[in-house]
Amino acid sequence: MDVMPKWAEVVLVPLISLLLAAILSALVILAIGENPWEALKLMVSGALGSTYGWGYTLYYATNFIFTGLAVAVAFHARLFNIGGEGQAALGGLGVGLVCLYIPWPHWSLALLGATLGAALFGAAWAAIPAYLQAKRGSHIVITTIMFNFIAAALLNYVLVNLLRPVGAMDPATARFAESTHLPNLADILGTFGIPFSKAAPANVTFFVAIAACIAVWMLIWRTRLGYEIRSYGHSEPAAKYAGISPVKITMVAMLISGGLAGLMAINNVMGEAERLILNSVEGAGFIGIAVALMGRSHPFGVFLAAILFGFLYQGGAELALWTSIPRELIVVIQALVILFTGALDNMVRMPLERIFLAARKRG
Amino acid sequence: MDFLTLIQVLDSTIRLALPLLLACLAGLFSERAGIFDIGLEGKMLFAAFFSAAVAAMTGSVWLGLLAGIAASMVLSGIHGLASITFRGNQLISGVAINFLAAGLTVLIAQDWFQQGGRTPSLMGAGRFNPVTLPGALTKTVEIKEASAPMQLYSELLSGHSILVYLGLLCVPLTWWVLFRTRFGLRLRAVGENPAAVDTAGISVVRLRFAAVAICGLLCGIAGAYLSTALQAGFVKDMSAGRGFIALAALIFAKWRPWHALYACLLFGFLQALALRPDLITNLTGMTVQVQLLDALPYILTVVILAGFVGKAIPPRAGGEPYVKER
Repeated sequence: MDVMPKWAEVVLVPLISLLLAAILSALVILAIGENPWEALKLMVSGALGSTYGWGYTLYYATNFIFTGLAVAVAFHARLFNIGGEGQAALGGLGVGLVCLYIPWPHWSLALLGATLGAALFGAAWAAIPAYLQAKRGSHIVITTIMFNFIAAALLNYVLVNLLRPVGAMDPATARFAESTHLPNLADILGTFGIPFSKAAPANVTFFVAIAACIAVWMLIWRTRLGYEIRSYGHSEPAAKYAGISPVKITMVAMLISGGLAGLMAINNVMGEAERLILNSVEGAGFIGIAVALMGRSHPFGVFLAAILFGFLYQGGAELALWTSIPRELIVVIQALVILFTGALDNMVRMPLERIFLAARKRG
Repeated sequence: MDFLTLIQVLDSTIRLALPLLLACLAGLFSERAGIFDIGLEGKMLFAAFFSAAVAAMTGSVWLGLLAGIAASMVLSGIHGLASITFRGNQLISGVAINFLAAGLTVLIAQDWFQQGGRTPSLMGAGRFNPVTLPGALTKTVEIKEASAPMQLYSELLSGHSILVYLGLLCVPLTWWVLFRTRFGLRLRAVGENPAAVDTAGISVVRLRFAAVAICGLLCGIAGAYLSTALQAGFVKDMSAGRGFIALAALIFAKWRPWHALYACLLFGFLQALALRPDLITNLTGMTVQVQLLDALPYILTVVILAGFVGKAIPPRAGGEPYVKER
């Protein structure tokens, strides 16, 4: 029996968790001697007050949509993919190879190629932990953590020893060809006569991310495979009894998850940096965990949560620029969101359930 | 490679293995009681900052150590609250704790010291200084001239901070507590079959909180070691993945104390080698990539986890919140 109505489950619990995280963050800001209200105003004006701010907010949000969807798909199969960081890094390698070694005639074809490369490399990096979980029972959380570190070392090796142009000092590839340059939001909105900041990095990948949200929604709730993934996540014995292969579901869910994490690279590697650099993911893989938890593993929720984190990221950068609050404030907020929406979920849920139960008895 | 160089590499092996060892034993207590802890990294980092900060402000490294332990135990308390009291997901809680530590340390360091997220350098009594064992040589020149056993004694065994000797002592102590005391038996039982422990009239919640507290204590010492003994002061993200290597070592050791020591020494040795890539080149005539050495602990752990070389089986009730029957 569900104690709470669906709206409370979907809206109220996350909102209260978010509120708790926000209150604690405000206390942290207060404790380091700044005014939380002023900080919030600065964040809003910095992230949402101009098309430049929006451009950055949406750029970050695009990253987080991909990594959030990656974690969410795995969650549906009750798998915790903590390896988004490594999978996105490998996705970057895929994009880099595609953009460097294939002479693309037009950006749209390059985007298709890069999408394929990113998804393939990301999925490949998730495949080994998935196989080990499915066939050998190795805990996927531990193996994906290990694969994050292995990915970092691998990328370091590839960039320093193989892909670095002769004579260059920093561990990065050469710039991609001009033909792979993705149109940014200013170009796209400009064709409709809407003015938008040209300096901001948000680009056409944002629409790819929205398409990915819709595709994941279709997959999870409108296909047989999605049904199998969900039933496996709800109850492994029941799924087995229904003839669903745990090996297949584990593999497929993780491959999709890894592929989605890898897709992030078309935004940051191809859309923004236009070359592959060291540590290009910058923790977005981990933010995906917070985003998926807050979005309750639903693509629309992930979309909203990703926008929120994009806002926090850009707002946090503005804060660091104008006040003495360092950027790490965002990491603290991220931690609090994960803590309250993920680990301390029952702390919010238990009292709420009691209230609803009491109300039902009276009514 | 001459004998003295070998001794020097082994010496830095011990120094680098120690934080891994303490964190690994911390994880051992927690996971043997059925509480997964991927927040070792965060707890170490948190402790590293608070011990360096308090040592810098008071000038006493012992007060610093206490502060580090206290800070680490606060995070342990949060982990316990989330995973024992509120039966939340232990892995997610661990992830949150890692980020909380990574963010808060820089935030507080910037507020207290305004040095870009670091503490001032520690000097004199603000650090754990090397302990010279009786009769050991201290000058590099003298050690070079000395006989082989004397080199071994002076370079390898002597000259570590007190925490190194303390940490090494923790290995037999952990073994004794876990396998020779009633508390240890119960602790292991609660990680395998909490319902049985509960039936015997022993509080599962209390036992698990005790395990998590011990985990916090050991992580606290590990963190204090990082910032007050291995280095002189806190810098941002100084734990640098050691908590995860410790986790890897724990799996490598299959949740056993003595094997934890061997695993940590092995991983410490890899770290020590990564600092001296010239040695491998001289010895084998091949260039071994530093990146390979960095990744080797993780690769070895995956191989062990995959069960190709002896299967690693975690405590059976690990990661499962215990719900009392009604």
